[in-house]
Amino acid sequence: MLTLQCPYCGVDAEETELQGGGEAHLKRFGPGSNDDDFEGYLFLRENQKGIHFERWRHAYGCGKWFLAARHTNTLEVFGTYPAQSTEPPQHIKDAISAKLPGWKWGNFS
Amino acid sequence: MSNAVTPLGGAKTNIGGLTLEDMGLQGMISLRGDLSSKALAKAVKAVTGQGVPELRTANVMGGKGAAWMSPDELLLFVPYAEADAAVATISETMKAEHHLAVNVSDARGFMRLSGAGAHEVMSKNAPVDFHKDVFTAGMFRRSRLGQVAAAFWLDAEGGFNVVCFRSVADYVYRLLEVSAEAGAVDAL
Ligand SMILES: [Zn+2]
Repeated sequence: MLTLQCPYCGVDAEETELQGGGEAHLKRFGPGSNDDDFEGYLFLRENQKGIHFERWRHAYGCGKWFLAARHTNTLEVFGTYPAQSTEPPQHIKDAISAKLPGWKWGNFS
Repeated sequence: MSNAVTPLGGAKTNIGGLTLEDMGLQGMISLRGDLSSKALAKAVKAVTGQGVPELRTANVMGGKGAAWMSPDELLLFVPYAEADAAVATISETMKAEHHLAVNVSDARGFMRLSGAGAHEVMSKNAPVDFHKDVFTAGMFRRSRLGQVAAAFWLDAEGGFNVVCFRSVADYVYRLLEVSAEAGAVDAL
C-alpha cells in the first residue's frame, strides 16, 4: 500500500485516491529539436530500481498534480513536492542521501 | 419551465439507528479563483453569508455556506432558487479578477447519513480516517465512495453530508444503504 501526502491539500492519500503520471522532471523537446532529443523525450526513462521521481495526481481529492520521490523496490517515500518544481527540494535530496548514499538519478544526485 | 427533481426523488431510509436521506434540491456553485482574494471573500460572503472556508473544511449551515474543494476552488451552497442570481452576484463582485463561477446544482446528488455508527458506514467505503477524534465536525474531504468520486463533511449534529455527481447518486445512495444494513464493524 502506497500512501503519498498531497502537498496541496495535505491529505495522506492512499493509492486508490491517486493516479500515476509517469516519470517526473522530463524536459520537453518539441518542434525544431533533433531526432535524438525527441526520441529521448518520448521514450527514454530512468526507470531504475531504487530512487525514482514521479508525477502523481490527487485524482479523487483536490485534483492537483504533484511530484514524489520514492524507492521503487521498498516503496519508501522520501517526500512529495509541488509540480512546479524543476528539481527535487534539498530536504528531499538530503533524506534520500541519508538512506542511499551516492544516489544518482538523471542529472540529480 | 421544467419541473426540477433530484436524482434520488426524495428517498429516505431508516436502517437500525441510521437515517439516509436525499437532501432535496440544493443550489450549488462551483467557484474557482484566488482563494486569498478580497473580492472572492466578498462574493462568498454576499451569497452564502459565510467566510472563505479554511483548508479542508466546510461552513455550511441551513443550506448556505462554502466548502474547500482545492487550493483554487470552492463549492458554494445557496438556496436552489437563488443559484443563478448568486452566480450573477459573484460575476459582478469579481469582474476585475480572473475567476469561474458556474451553477452546478442540477449536476449533483446530495444526501445525508446520520445516526449512531454513521462514521463506520463511511469508513467501509472511503480510504479516509473517520475516527471520531480525527474526522470532526466541519471537516470536509474529497475522496471516493466505493468506486466513484464524492465529497463529504460532518455537520455539527453528527451527520455526514455527501455530494456526488448526479449520474452516480443512485449508486452512492445504495452503497451507503447496503453498508448500513450490514451494521457496525465495532472497530472504531
Ligand atoms: Zn490533494
